[in-house]
Amino acid sequence: MSWLLSLPIVLPFAMAILAFLFRANGRSGRWLSIGGSVLLLAAAVGLMIAVLQRGVIAAQMGGWPAPFGITLVADLLSAVMVVITAIIGLAVAIYALADIDARREALGYHVLFQVLLAGVSGAFLTGDLFNLYVWFEVMLIASFGLLVLGGDKEQLDGGIKYVALNLVSTAMFLSGIGMLYGLTGTLNMADLHLAVRDVENTGLLTVIAVLFIVAFGVKAAVFPLFFWLPASYHTPPVAISAIFAGLLTKVGVYALIRMFTMVFTQDIGYTHGLLLAIAVLTMITGVLGAAAQNEFRKILSFHIVSQIGYMVLGLALYTPLALVGAVFYLVHHIIVKANLFLVSGIAKRLTGSFNLAAVGGLYKSSPLLAVLFLVPAFSLAGFPPLSGFWAKFLLVKASLDIGAYLVAGTALLVGILTVFSMTKIWAEVFWKPHPEDVAPALRLVERGNLTALLVPVTGLAVMTVMIGFFPEPFIGFAERAAAQLLDPTGYVTAVLGASP
Amino acid sequence: MNSLILNAATRLLVALMLLFSVYMLLRGHNEPGGGFIGGLIAAIGFALYAMAHGTAAARRALRFDPAAISVVGLGIALLAGLSAALAGDALFTGQWWFAGAIDGEKGLPISTVLLFDIGVYLVVVGAALTIALALEDET
Repeated sequence: MSWLLSLPIVLPFAMAILAFLFRANGRSGRWLSIGGSVLLLAAAVGLMIAVLQRGVIAAQMGGWPAPFGITLVADLLSAVMVVITAIIGLAVAIYALADIDARREALGYHVLFQVLLAGVSGAFLTGDLFNLYVWFEVMLIASFGLLVLGGDKEQLDGGIKYVALNLVSTAMFLSGIGMLYGLTGTLNMADLHLAVRDVENTGLLTVIAVLFIVAFGVKAAVFPLFFWLPASYHTPPVAISAIFAGLLTKVGVYALIRMFTMVFTQDIGYTHGLLLAIAVLTMITGVLGAAAQNEFRKILSFHIVSQIGYMVLGLALYTPLALVGAVFYLVHHIIVKANLFLVSGIAKRLTGSFNLAAVGGLYKSSPLLAVLFLVPAFSLAGFPPLSGFWAKFLLVKASLDIGAYLVAGTALLVGILTVFSMTKIWAEVFWKPHPEDVAPALRLVERGNLTALLVPVTGLAVMTVMIGFFPEPFIGFAERAAAQLLDPTGYVTAVLGASP
Repeated sequence: MNSLILNAATRLLVALMLLFSVYMLLRGHNEPGGGFIGGLIAAIGFALYAMAHGTAAARRALRFDPAAISVVGLGIALLAGLSAALAGDALFTGQWWFAGAIDGEKGLPISTVLLFDIGVYLVVVGAALTIALALEDET
């Protein structure tokens, strides 16, 4: 039990150490990175099977019983997030074979990449609030390193904005933790679930809840705290921005979902009402920001913001169906968004630029790439029968069920505007002829690199289509995960009742 | 910085600081102290040395690349945590040996907890010096 829960954290750390020791030996870092990601995926699947069979599982590190020690917990949401982390990790590790240059590898790309995976898995698996803070720090350090690795001027500019705002968020998070500990005397999430019921000063508890909304809101890039994201995500190499786009903001969303179903449920009218307003504004500003952009990755970055709005919406509505939608959306979005960034990298390689005005002609010369773009792009916009359709359908249905017509209308409108952005990319990059009359064809890329670029993109696209055509098992799973979130009794007994 | 006072004082202070950092590391198990604070004190010692004699001299005195020190430390800490699993306990459970324990006498306690703390010490020394020396190089 203890092994299953700690392997997704221990494995990437071990790989990071190995990758560092072998960093002088050019290529071995790559195979360590890929091998590590395969092992991580195996460990994550093992964890998922255990959670499916046995329900919520927990392990006490160092044998210190909860709530005094550090507890690792996996419920269905944690397990699925770890699995998806491993999948994206593997996809990006393969893609990086062709995308990360030898200079960045020598500077320690693979080390930082594995540390980032360890941080993300740790954040998903921990059952302790202060430990969550530690994992946020691990992620922040690793991602900052990756963001500025190579030291291009543009990268440093983006990196400063990224780290400055994230430090503010970390400070907020830490003050929130301090106040919560002062109020309840515990930081174990399961224990907090019970302890907040006895708090008399509910006003202060709501203040702390808002601190947490701000702290996680910065991480998740919600309105009005998102501006670090479009300022930084388009600067590093594509493989790095793809893993950021897929995973990092979603850790913030995960933390919001965890805290606002498990701990801060005493004043739902206020906290979740605030989240609802944030969600709606995030959706709208994100999509409008994207409409004004003319750079491939910047458009995608603004769409991350807008999509985060949908996930927060699922949490804010706080009905069973809405949470099902949020969980489903989270998984669907990670796959689709990472994939779009990977496609943007291939398009850049073929046409020579991320600037939409300076590229074109891909549909004629590389129809395969056009298809691989269409799948995630239309899934993002919510076209049936792709995965994004079901995700949006669940959320719109959930808002209509409780009579939130304005919210449902906004969600649909933002969907249409997303189509507008995606068709803009489609028309500029794929349809119009290349302005300099170059014929950018896939076969121009050398063979080994081409495989490394296309395998992860195709794999993720196939997953999107699979989820789209056979949504029942995935929705069924999301229903079970949402049920666990709404009634954390199983989580609490696994943590507090089964300590050795 | 070229200052006679600093140079002379550094010679004394660095040795004291490094000694004190090891004392802090060993003291940490039952009293305030430990690998983190010990590592910081050691890093301050080397940073002071770099200010007085230049970063090249500090790197020579350190003998190893600071980034390598911190990764090796991470490895030691990880191994210390994993060793508990060999004994069948939950990960990161402290394992104890009492060296030279004869009945009645407790012997010298040696534990994976200390090993873990040494790992933390190295991580902190390495990471802090990587940053400090890089910044000092810039100026």
